[in-house]
Amino acid sequence: MTGDWLDIGWVDEIPVRGSRTVQVAGGDDIAVFRTAEGKVFALLDRCPHKHGRLSQGIVYGGAVACPLHNWRISLSTGEALGDDKGCTPTVPVKIDAGRVLICRASTLKAAA
Amino acid sequence: MEHTPLKAKADTREHLVVIGNGMAGCRAVEELLARDADRYRVTIFGAEPRVNYNRIMLSPVLAGEKSFDDIVINDADWYAANGIALVAGDPVAVIDRAAKTVTTRGGTTECYDRLLIATGSDPFIIPVPGKDLPGVIAFRDMDDVDTMLAAADAGGDAVVIGGGLLGLEAAHGLSLRGMKVTVIHLMPTLMERQLDEAAGWLLKNALEARGQTILTGADTAEIVGDGKVEGVKLKDGTLIPASLVVMAVGIRPSVALARDAGLAVGRGIQVDDHMVTSDPAVLAVGECVEHDGQVYGLVAPLWDMCRSLADGLVEKPSGYRGSVTSTKLKVSGIDVFSAGDFSGGDGCEDIVLRDASRGVYKRVIVKDDRIVGAVLYGDTADGSWYFDLLKKQEDVSDLRDLLIFGQSFASGGGAADPKAAVAALSDDAEICGCNGVTKGQVVACIAKGARSLDAVRGTCKASASCGSCTGLVENLLALTLGDEVQAGPKTMCKCTSFGHDDVRREVVAQDMRSIPEVMQKLHWTTPDGCSSCRPALNYYLLCALPGDDVDDQQSRFVNERLHANIQKDGTYSVVPRMWGGLTNPTELRAIADVVEKYDAPMVKVTGGQRLDIFGIKKEDLPAVWADLNAAGMVSGHAYGKALRTVKTCVGSEWCRFGTQDSTGLGVKIERMSWGSWMPHKFKIAVSGCPRNCAEATIKDFGIVCVDSGYELHVGGNGGIHVRVTDLLCKVATEQEAMDYCAAFIQLYREEARYLERTAPWIERVGVEQIKARIVDDAAGREALRARFLYAQSFSQDDPWAQRAEGAEREHHAPMARFTPQEEMA
Ligand SMILES: Cc1cc2nc3c(=O)[nH]c(=O)nc-3n(C[C@H](O)[C@H](O)[C@H](O)COP(=O)(O)OP(=O)(O)OC[C@H]3O[C@@H](n4cnc5c(N)ncnc54)[C@H](O)[C@@H]3O)c2cc1C
Ligand code: HEM
Ligand code: SF4
Ligand code: FES
Repeated sequence: MTGDWLDIGWVDEIPVRGSRTVQVAGGDDIAVFRTAEGKVFALLDRCPHKHGRLSQGIVYGGAVACPLHNWRISLSTGEALGDDKGCTPTVPVKIDAGRVLICRASTLKAAA
Repeated sequence: MEHTPLKAKADTREHLVVIGNGMAGCRAVEELLARDADRYRVTIFGAEPRVNYNRIMLSPVLAGEKSFDDIVINDADWYAANGIALVAGDPVAVIDRAAKTVTTRGGTTECYDRLLIATGSDPFIIPVPGKDLPGVIAFRDMDDVDTMLAAADAGGDAVVIGGGLLGLEAAHGLSLRGMKVTVIHLMPTLMERQLDEAAGWLLKNALEARGQTILTGADTAEIVGDGKVEGVKLKDGTLIPASLVVMAVGIRPSVALARDAGLAVGRGIQVDDHMVTSDPAVLAVGECVEHDGQVYGLVAPLWDMCRSLADGLVEKPSGYRGSVTSTKLKVSGIDVFSAGDFSGGDGCEDIVLRDASRGVYKRVIVKDDRIVGAVLYGDTADGSWYFDLLKKQEDVSDLRDLLIFGQSFASGGGAADPKAAVAALSDDAEICGCNGVTKGQVVACIAKGARSLDAVRGTCKASASCGSCTGLVENLLALTLGDEVQAGPKTMCKCTSFGHDDVRREVVAQDMRSIPEVMQKLHWTTPDGCSSCRPALNYYLLCALPGDDVDDQQSRFVNERLHANIQKDGTYSVVPRMWGGLTNPTELRAIADVVEKYDAPMVKVTGGQRLDIFGIKKEDLPAVWADLNAAGMVSGHAYGKALRTVKTCVGSEWCRFGTQDSTGLGVKIERMSWGSWMPHKFKIAVSGCPRNCAEATIKDFGIVCVDSGYELHVGGNGGIHVRVTDLLCKVATEQEAMDYCAAFIQLYREEARYLERTAPWIERVGVEQIKARIVDDAAGREALRARFLYAQSFSQDDPWAQRAEGAEREHHAPMARFTPQEEMA
């Protein structure tokens, strides 16, 4: 756990086409997604519509469908897709030797 | 040890020492010689005891298609002719940058002016017990191939760990050499870094058809054996016998020498655009380097790197800018190609073409009018064309509509308009390959009055089977009718041109067994579906294949994945089953305990005659279930497209009006039908007399007891649009009431569309149709009932009990926790 990145675990701990969360004390959780193609993304676990938990949605292509009212949110930009308007903050992620690292500054902002 | 004698006579030229006699090391020297053959004196050190060969051709050598001699790139004469000293079979052990020397393991020391590190990669060996047993090898060099060939001569079983490019090529070779091969792959999709799910599924099928066993989603626990390898044990306990285990799970840049020498190393040896490391006298090239944050595992980037390196060495620096790579699997008879980025995402548009009869899947990913990625299976002829467009970043907006059909189609005739392309087809051109329908026949059928896609499908059968010609037929309709085209039937979602009923019929008729299979055979236009079609397909497969393990958790809505109802604040509510609305002190005590222990803010009596515990946190769910299970309660499926409750009234046992034991019958029915997945939620009620206290006439299946027997009602609904049930029939005995109920549920399960409740379903097909099937057709009813009970024999294990015992427990817990204050301190 060093520098600008927070090590949150192995890539394999996130189910493919699924998600896990990272709890941030005093703030919103962060949802970490893994797509069918093995790409990993992180977003604040909060739908721009009515704060649904995006980590609980169905992941397909590069998007997640919110479990509450089925808004579709882009995993890479956090923007609502289609006709809906809204945006969820993204958290930069990188993978290093199978470990998932998320951006420290964005994570702390989530708690702020 | 092969030794070309070092030059004896004094040579005043600068001395270039190369570590690594592999593909990049030698290519770099070739590039240098081509620019200035006399500038440097060259010495190459190689760990392998042989001359330079084409490593990627080891796969054909293993498969018996080539010999070692065929794959040599530079033979001994080349080294001699160019005055290159080769020290082969003795690896360099130390670099001394202060003294500018390298020393081999055997003790030879050589001075350098410029040093080039080209040590390639080391295979990654997963740290499981038994990894060091004899018979466990990697697939990297000719020695590995020799070991595999020796093992294959002895015959027997081989396990390949890793279903990427290397692993599959190893498996293919070993299988051609007569071994029985099992591939163990951790991920659900083969070659997931190069292929998407759809192409991976096709590949898996093709390999299985060739006799290999492919286990995806399989995690190796241990390699077992006494003195030599005897088998591989998976985390789920399966033991696979093997006399040879090939680990092909990935590679790591070989950086140990460079790191020990104090050079800057990240994932690889860090180099600038001229392949110079943190020490200006030391260069590095090939798989061992990291350039601009990237490391590579394929040969194409090496060629670019070597050019820039040689330009730098002769002081005409050009600069390497990184590479875009493409992959082809070298398994004869199976064509797979992938290039660029296929992960989709914003602004990316997928163009998908599937041709089930030819086993073809093509997907091109376009962003901002430029191709950013391509995945091809079965027909890779256009791979190089797409790759070229991709590398050149060419604007493809003019080709857009025809792009997926390939170069000859898209650039031929210059007809960029698909309608024009269809217009240009001759009358005898085949439109529908499945049913052999020509353009002339389709046009004739439209002229005779078919004004929609559906009508064309119904009359001349074009596009009625696999659907891959749907686009062509739609263009013909538009061409012939202009604006008069009528909208077709509602499709399942925008991923397909088929409606629910078509999909379902084909799933059963073609005995499809997985979501990727359905998507391939029915030509889905998206790579992995969407949140509408995935849950529907999952249900259709589940319903068609009772007892088969086809359930895909990631295609279920959260409530069904977590077996609880998500609430608007993100907590969950938990409803345990209370059979027929009955309960007892043990159950009530257990519920009371759960409410206190997990601090549930509210408990409510539901409309379905049971108790709902609100405000449970996701991570507490398994513990809550364990506590409820201990008191004998199971999941109420209050969250699922499934049987919810069976409401009852007190009936003849207590009520002065009661005609039959409505409570007892309700309990029996709930015991029979709980746990079954349905197109939508399903509610039952049993009232003991026509006063109907259990409100049975607004349920999906309602029973109203009368003196002479049981009235059966179907298709009722509360909710926004209240619908009173239709009377199905009257029966005399309790057993008949249960049999008809089972048959009705199964008919609904098999024939209603996903997310269609019984009320709209019955309005769509008509209650007469339901009566004909359930009441009039005794044999049909009995068959439906038998299929329901058979399916039920697999579906009645309590999902809560499985989770409480630890199944997928990790998915209830966060992956990590952070406390910012501590973090910042
Ligand atoms: C079976 C197989 C199939 C492949 N198929 C393809 C394919 O189809 N397409 C594709 O693009 N790529 C393919 N690759 C990958 C490709 O072979 C590599 O990208 C390429 O060989 C890398 O070149 P390199 O020079 O960096 O490393 P290498 O070719 O591995 O050369 C490194 C050399 O350095 C030597 N060495 C290491 N340490 C020392 C030391 N301390 N002292 C002296 N010598 C040392 C090694 O023994 C090795 O000979 C395949 C690889 C394998 C193994
Ligand atoms: C996502 C939305 C919904 C949720 C989470 C939900 C949840 C619930 C729950 C937990 C119960 C108690 C059921 C039981 O005891 O098993 C219930 C009952 C009921 N719900 Fe809903 N419901 C939803 C939508 C609807 C809709 C759309 C309708 C109308 C069509 C509806 C009509 C009913 C009725 C009539 C009952 C009483 C059932 C009975 O008496 O058996 N609900 N609901
Ligand atoms: S439905 Fe009839 S039998 Fe049942 S409680 Fe009401 S009055 Fe009594
Ligand atoms: S809260 Fe996400 S769609 Fe409504």
